[in-house]
Amino acid sequence: MTEQITFAALSITLVGSALAVVLSKNLFHAVLWLALALTGTAGVFLMLDAEFLAAVQLLLYAGGIITIVVFAIVVTERLVGERLTQTNMRIGGGAFVALVLLGFIATVVTRHPLPMTRPEMNGDLTRMLGQSVLTQYVLPFELLAVLMLAGMLGAIYFARPEE
Amino acid sequence: MGLQPYILLSATVFCIGLFGVTTRRNTIGILLGVELMMNAVNINLVAFARYTGVAAGMIFTVFTICITVTEAALGLAIVILLFRVRRTVMADHLDLLKG
Repeated sequence: MTEQITFAALSITLVGSALAVVLSKNLFHAVLWLALALTGTAGVFLMLDAEFLAAVQLLLYAGGIITIVVFAIVVTERLVGERLTQTNMRIGGGAFVALVLLGFIATVVTRHPLPMTRPEMNGDLTRMLGQSVLTQYVLPFELLAVLMLAGMLGAIYFARPEE
Repeated sequence: MGLQPYILLSATVFCIGLFGVTTRRNTIGILLGVELMMNAVNINLVAFARYTGVAAGMIFTVFTICITVTEAALGLAIVILLFRVRRTVMADHLDLLKG
């Protein structure tokens, strides 16, 4: 029973803040709502027994991305002068596409039998994650390091000061 | 509680993100929508990993989180560069390829 109540509260927070992200007029408010949505996702991870992923989510997403986005807004937004409207003429079309996709996924999901119970966990999930990242999945892990280096170099190159 | 509510929740968040991507005019707003969609995918991965007992889903969630962060940093660097060159970040003013 507690599980259902927690899940319902998390869902309301997540869906509500996600709607606020896409609908809010002020882009700065949208970023703050995104922070709430990402924190809610960390809560969902906690409900799924993934404590390590919840911590990573908070550190990288809610910490990292929000900071970068706030910087980008401060750099690019003209804080004085008239405010342009934030949405384009495609609200009807966008809502239609999103609702059709949601209806399609919901139909498929409700028609197929899905597991109702979780398998029993044996041992520490975080320890297991660390061990398989450094043994079985060591190649993707190293590729990820190369990707992050390339991304960092690219970001520095793009944002270099003008000569 | 079964797997189904988690999938429905992530589908809802994904579709809200899709709506944001299609309707925002500001490039940064579009990136926020993409972040929401990535987030929904992560919920899906973790939920399936937990309910099927296959831990690979959780490991790939770590990977997708890192890739998303790299993507966001690069995307915002491109946005800043665009602003420097074109003095706007509104997606419907960035129509150089329109012919």
